[in-house]
Amino acid sequence: MRELRIHGRGGQGSVTAAELIAVAAFEGGVFSQAFPAFGVERRGAPVQAFVRFDDRKIRLRSQVYEPDYIIVQDSTLIKDVNVFSGVKKGGIVIVNTEKAPDYKVPDGVKLITIDATSIALKVIGLPITNTSLMGAFAAATGEIKFDALKNALYHRFPKELAEKNIEAARQAFEHVKGATA
Amino acid sequence: MLGITEGSMAVAEAVRLCRPQVVSAYPITPQTHIVEALAEMVANGKLDADYITVESEFSALSACIGASAAGSRAYSATTSQGLALMYEVCFNVAGMRLPIVMTIANRAMGAPLSIWNDQQDSISLRDAGWMQFYAEDNQEATDLHYIAYKVAENQKVLLPAMVCFDGFILSHTYEPVDMLSQEDADKYLPKFAPSERLDAADPVSFGMYATPEYYLEFRYETDKALKDAKSVIRAAGAEFGKMFGRDYSAMVEGYQLDDAETVIVAMGSLCGTVKDTIDEMRKEGKKVGLLKIRVFRPFPTEDVAAALKGAKRVAVLDKNISLGAKGATALEVKDALYGSTIPVYDYVLGLGGRDVRKKDIREVVALAEQGKGNQFIGLRKEVL
Repeated sequence: MRELRIHGRGGQGSVTAAELIAVAAFEGGVFSQAFPAFGVERRGAPVQAFVRFDDRKIRLRSQVYEPDYIIVQDSTLIKDVNVFSGVKKGGIVIVNTEKAPDYKVPDGVKLITIDATSIALKVIGLPITNTSLMGAFAAATGEIKFDALKNALYHRFPKELAEKNIEAARQAFEHVKGATA
Repeated sequence: MLGITEGSMAVAEAVRLCRPQVVSAYPITPQTHIVEALAEMVANGKLDADYITVESEFSALSACIGASAAGSRAYSATTSQGLALMYEVCFNVAGMRLPIVMTIANRAMGAPLSIWNDQQDSISLRDAGWMQFYAEDNQEATDLHYIAYKVAENQKVLLPAMVCFDGFILSHTYEPVDMLSQEDADKYLPKFAPSERLDAADPVSFGMYATPEYYLEFRYETDKALKDAKSVIRAAGAEFGKMFGRDYSAMVEGYQLDDAETVIVAMGSLCGTVKDTIDEMRKEGKKVGLLKIRVFRPFPTEDVAAALKGAKRVAVLDKNISLGAKGATALEVKDALYGSTIPVYDYVLGLGGRDVRKKDIREVVALAEQGKGNQFIGLRKEVL
């Protein structure tokens, strides 16, 4: 079983990201499970959402404490929340930032940074970074296929909005593919 | 068809496939998504039902009483304080022998206010005369709705049923669920055709007053019907299994039980985490098993006794507590094992949304092995 933990702030679409990643993973033929850390949802407050992937039915219901993957939607969280807590050796951390990192991920963990905010502003016109980060996640981990992500977005949003989000996801996907090639 | 969706959406879809004719509910977290989805289905013409909007849960279930007594299949959903507000109505529904089905997205009771999961809400209504089913996952949560209606409407039973699934932990989780087709649902669950109903042409009364010469007999018959429902539940669960491959004939389900020395007893979504912990502990050579209770009312006392007879010790987990006594499941299990020498240890955990982890289950097993029960698991002693 592989596990993903998404850190964001209320309003950034972390829960939606978790759900869409689970939907895309399911389309790819694995069992998946997505759920939020059931907090008091306020705009701007730190939130978490989780996804599990497995080849068999997933039964575990606890939150994710030792993730294989972490997505950080907002790098300002890093000073307030221990976002890298428990990440497994060999794990992958994706951080949305335009800056060079002034923090360290644990040893043996791969850090991928991407300026998802700029992509989102340019393509969608709003600083909604979750879909770009889904594209980055697909490229970095291979847990979901880009086409499955596309289908999930088409299914979730009206056509025009879906297409903008798909384009944002595609740019992030290609950026990460290029950076890790 | 196997698809992936949020638990609440899966339940709403299953309810739609049960073809309720009247839906009345009042939104309350974490149940809201279900009744919003049903309202949308009614508005879009996908569900041919009257959706009665009301000002409170008390009215919601009262509206269902009228609908059910008039011969309609009626549905509601609620949780926590909403269920508490229905307290009086719940007893009336059962006393009038109305087969209403209600989903409970289990949540803690205030005060202090908590929107998070435990099972105190429905457990506190265990004496109301309703059947209570508890789902381990969203597949079970959806399937239990068809079974609940089928059993509730059986002429031998005619009692209401709560289908309980853990709020947030299941209701807000996306996971794969195999959904019946309408054709299959119709084959399994025929139209509601009660022998008695409110009809101006042929008047009858429901919920009359009973003098001391009759009340005791009413209670006796309701209790008997609820106990007799066990065989109906088993048969309805077996039929479901035969038709769709998922067998619910057992009111309790064992996991790695055959040679288990320590048997954990649990209910609801907790069972999944327990199963994963058992797999790990088995690899380490620990003989641990699980007895999952799927039906809490009527309580399958004899099934529990039979399933536990080979155990060296029993550790009961409760996401509820009868304050001043113990968790409700522990009390039932002790009753089931009365006269045996198998020790039963009781643990309260996961209240008000406290996450239950595999390490908590391991702690329970360790405590049971040391003969220590009567404990809250995961207490933060520094805030006491």
